[in-house]
Amino acid sequence: MNIFWLVLGGAFTGAVGPGVSVLYATYGEVITERAGRINLGIEGSMLMGACFGFLTAVETGNVVVAILAGGLAGSLLSGIHAYLVVFRDTNQLATGLAVTLFGAGVTAYAGRSFVGSSIEGLNPVAIPLFSNLPVVGRALFQQDLLAYAAYALGPLLWAFLHYTKWGLSLRAVGESTNVAFAAGRNPARWQVAAIMAGGLLAGLGGAQLSLALTHSWTEGMTAGRGFIAVALVIFGMWSPLRAMIGALLFGGAIGLQLQLQSIGAPISPFILDMFPYIITLAVLTVWTGAALRAMPEGLKGVLKGTV
Amino acid sequence: MVSLTDLGELASAAASPVWRRVAGAPAVAEPAETLLGLGTPSSDVPMLSLRGITKRFPGVVANDGIDLDVFGGKVHAILGENGAGKSTLMKIIYGFYRPDAGSISMDGQPVVIHSPADSRRLGIGMVFQSFSLVPALTVTENVALFLPQQGAVLNRPWLERRVREVSARYGLDLNPRARVADLSMGERQKVELIKLILANARVLILDEPTSVLAPHEVDGLFSVFTELKRDGYAILFITHKMREVLASADQVTVLRRGKAAGTAEGGALTAQQLVALMLGIDAPKEVRNTARVKPRPQTAALEFNRVSTGSADDPRSLKEVSFQMMPGEILGIAGVSGNGQQELGETLLGLRSRRQGSVHLFGHDIGRWPLHRILGSGVAYIPEDALGMAVVPQMRVTENLVLGDIGRYNGGLWLDWRAIQTRLGQSLEGFPLPLARAEARADELSGGNLQRLVLARELTRGASVVVAYYPARGLDLVAAEKTRQLLMDCRSRGASVLLVSEDLDELMALSDRLMVMYQGKVAGLFYPENVTLQEVGLLMTGHHA
Amino acid sequence: MQFPAALRRAQSSAINLTAPPIARSVAGIALALVSFGAFLLVIGRNPLSAYATLFTNTLASPSGLSEVAVFMIPFVLTGLAAAVPARVGLINVGGEGQLYLGAWAATGIALFSGIGTPWLMLPLMVLAGFAGGAAWAGIAILLRRWRNVNEVICTLLLNFVAILFVNIFVFGPWKNTGGYGYPYTADFSPAAILPALGDFRLHWGLVLPLLGVVVCYVVINHTRWGYNMRAVGGNVEAARRRGIGVGKYLLLAMLAGGGLAGIAGMSEVAGIQHHLRPGISSEFGYLGFLASWLAGHNPLALLGTAFLLAAIFVAGDLLQISAGLPSAAIFILIGLVLFMVLGLKSRGRAQP
Repeated sequence: MNIFWLVLGGAFTGAVGPGVSVLYATYGEVITERAGRINLGIEGSMLMGACFGFLTAVETGNVVVAILAGGLAGSLLSGIHAYLVVFRDTNQLATGLAVTLFGAGVTAYAGRSFVGSSIEGLNPVAIPLFSNLPVVGRALFQQDLLAYAAYALGPLLWAFLHYTKWGLSLRAVGESTNVAFAAGRNPARWQVAAIMAGGLLAGLGGAQLSLALTHSWTEGMTAGRGFIAVALVIFGMWSPLRAMIGALLFGGAIGLQLQLQSIGAPISPFILDMFPYIITLAVLTVWTGAALRAMPEGLKGVLKGTV
Repeated sequence: MVSLTDLGELASAAASPVWRRVAGAPAVAEPAETLLGLGTPSSDVPMLSLRGITKRFPGVVANDGIDLDVFGGKVHAILGENGAGKSTLMKIIYGFYRPDAGSISMDGQPVVIHSPADSRRLGIGMVFQSFSLVPALTVTENVALFLPQQGAVLNRPWLERRVREVSARYGLDLNPRARVADLSMGERQKVELIKLILANARVLILDEPTSVLAPHEVDGLFSVFTELKRDGYAILFITHKMREVLASADQVTVLRRGKAAGTAEGGALTAQQLVALMLGIDAPKEVRNTARVKPRPQTAALEFNRVSTGSADDPRSLKEVSFQMMPGEILGIAGVSGNGQQELGETLLGLRSRRQGSVHLFGHDIGRWPLHRILGSGVAYIPEDALGMAVVPQMRVTENLVLGDIGRYNGGLWLDWRAIQTRLGQSLEGFPLPLARAEARADELSGGNLQRLVLARELTRGASVVVAYYPARGLDLVAAEKTRQLLMDCRSRGASVLLVSEDLDELMALSDRLMVMYQGKVAGLFYPENVTLQEVGLLMTGHHA
Repeated sequence: MQFPAALRRAQSSAINLTAPPIARSVAGIALALVSFGAFLLVIGRNPLSAYATLFTNTLASPSGLSEVAVFMIPFVLTGLAAAVPARVGLINVGGEGQLYLGAWAATGIALFSGIGTPWLMLPLMVLAGFAGGAAWAGIAILLRRWRNVNEVICTLLLNFVAILFVNIFVFGPWKNTGGYGYPYTADFSPAAILPALGDFRLHWGLVLPLLGVVVCYVVINHTRWGYNMRAVGGNVEAARRRGIGVGKYLLLAMLAGGGLAGIAGMSEVAGIQHHLRPGISSEFGYLGFLASWLAGHNPLALLGTAFLLAAIFVAGDLLQISAGLPSAAIFILIGLVLFMVLGLKSRGRAQP
């Protein structure tokens, strides 16, 4: 019993750190999908962010520049997706996967001589007072700066979507390009902007992964985190606030895995590695029914298919 | 008519910017009276004027030298059949199409309209048949989307107050925070009007606005027209229903085959004259059910026994619906769309699960029957949306005609399309409506062609129970009457027909009995000769007759 | 409400080719080669000599052609794994995971059935591969039917789980005790190995995708099942209302797709690796999916697009050796080809 609580507490304490990168990608995908487009290429954007963020940190030693470089790299990659799906009307899922493969190729090439390099990176900054709170203190208030920014970004994005005219335009485009066009918006421009903003956020998430979480770069290090973000967007009913809960669940899965490993639980490490994927799927299985009602109309053609 | 040279002054007077202030961000809250309305209408200069408008599409002249004057404070009706060129003309005014020839002026000033944005800037607003609203957004958000200029932050309290003000002034009665998806079609139309008024429109174009409304809601819309006229708005209103023209229009222009067949003051022409102008011929003989039968005690063809579906607070889910439909009977279902009609047919087919009650087909409880067995025992089903529910868009006409029935035309697993085509030709022999060519893909067909394809598939199988949703939708007058005759033919060979329609005239003309549905309940079941249109209309909207 | 002309104007793009699709695909490939050539130039390689080497070592040599055919096997089979479900409107991005499960199941038969004759062993392994892939795809379609879980995301996530699932066995109970510590299973007995076809690595597994293409093409285009599948994929509401068993077709198409990807896994272990180990596929499932998409989910056209991707893939291996690029860098070229061909193939219609 004691062990049980210890493990669970440890999982929670360790949940925020690994959750942040996925949270950024989830925010990005929320914006993209609110504009009525889906981008499986954010897996590639995360890789770009992780790789070029890390490279820049090694070369310049400046973490802020590194973070920006990561975001920019993610955004540029998603620009390819944006051009193809919006202006060339290519299939969104196929294009997203092609973008991810391309991103994997680019980062494998660009990062090949940086495997094994180490950096100072982004380290936790404890927030005085708050970080001394029991349990919550260590979990929430001993994090890196990108994590704190992620806390703030959720409510900010929510307010942007619901209380600004740009948020209204974005949602209208995602619900009906025809109506948005009739209202004088240029749906293509909005969708390109949304996809590229989504790639930017995914790039920041990738940068957090390599700069703050692992302090290293390895080929394919995102391991499907971008795809998990796409799943969490559905769980999160296209709301940036619920996305935070989703990311915490994902982080919790990783935290649990690490805890079980550290106490030497007699479970195959590969089964532990499955946790994040299986927990994401389980969460989706339980919640999808209710969540689909919140789906932007513009996604239905791609995401709902038949049945 | 005022000559062009006099127009400058008048135009500047008419364009006096009273109306321009309507939706600008207010520095102070002004009383509603001064914020709304266009001031006094100047009645002898047309607010909108078209001269010689011509638009050609490959193979057709959609509009041929059309002249039209629309005045502030007047309702101008455009009457015409499907394909007479009404929508093309409206799309030219609204800037979707550019005319090949002709000119447009507003308040006497020539204007060029290249896009909907141009026309909106000039104060032209349009309510489409399929509304341009975002269902997932609230009334306020939909209105905000169409406001010409606004700040970065949505001022929700201010927007909500403006919606309430306009609602109150024109008797529209809307909750600004309601999601549009939860509103009835009539309410959505009101949102469209509010949107246009707040976006500074002066010429309001409404495309078939009554097609989604119950009779007394139509009266309500016409009284809104009266209020709008008082404030100087010009209303251009497209319809194919004579009754509505006679009830509301100050002026009427009849279009026939792309030409203006005539313009007259409202009330100057009788209904017969209008029909003659519209069709260029005498109206086709209306099919009427003259030998109405009273059901004899026998096994019902279809029986619903206290059937309930879905959740009790969903207006569309059925609530304890019971009725019997006898062989050789047409049972008409009247109701505003979204009051359980669709659920009725889907429950019969077993597409929707019942919470309670039972459905019987010729005395058999079909509750556990798979769908193909229900269809196989003689049910034909004409859904409300041909493209969305009845045909496969990527498939050819032939493939669609044998959809779900391929076993009847082709014995084995291997398909022989030539043999299928031959057998299909035999079973379609004598079908009175023209069909598109066999090789055409369904998604290339017009609405009328699609509907005829579905009618051909469903009405040539000798079904004993026909469920028909809006069977004449999208058809021209002649084909519509032929379709009604087809339903009467089904009836005379002993089949029973469940006819769901929004056209009360059609229901009154054909039904042996008439069932009214409101919010998923049976609001009344009559012999048509015992009720008036008004009584049915009130029941359709939840009032007791 | 439609705004066709206006919307198109708003979204019109610079490229507006009127050439037929095949010509545009060729143009796309050419453009991709030029872009990749520029990349080679930037990193200090001579693109012309690189391309010349690639051509002589792939398409212009028997060993090269044999290699291309070797990679076509999994690409075509995982391509069919996407193409068949696509006919009923399902999107299967899980070819990668289904391939791994098929390889795992076939390995199980190879290692533990004890059958001595290839005439029984190999068909059983094909069946096992099919069953393994189908079962993995079955999870996705059941979650879809039962809880409305989107099959795109489900199959994607299951790919990662499948790879870990195989690792459990090759690092654990199935690990060869005499394998110097490598995470490999024991080598298959000769009965469980697909015999070589010709002098190089190509093996009799080539029959499997060819058979698969023919069967899929005939079933889809000439039988009542295929007709009903196309009806379900074209408009599920209409198919349902006409009494076509929608659920049955969705289930069968997905299982068949997963099974075909599973056979690809069987072919990899029985024809190339001769044992099971991690990383038997380098994104074959995704490449098959993209090949199918380039082919418009048409089984015959899939042969062409799979050949194209396979040729690039083989070229990538050569580049790795000759130009010293990491193996994943070939995805740069594959990505470029996909972008250019996807982009130029579509006519750039306004909105879906």
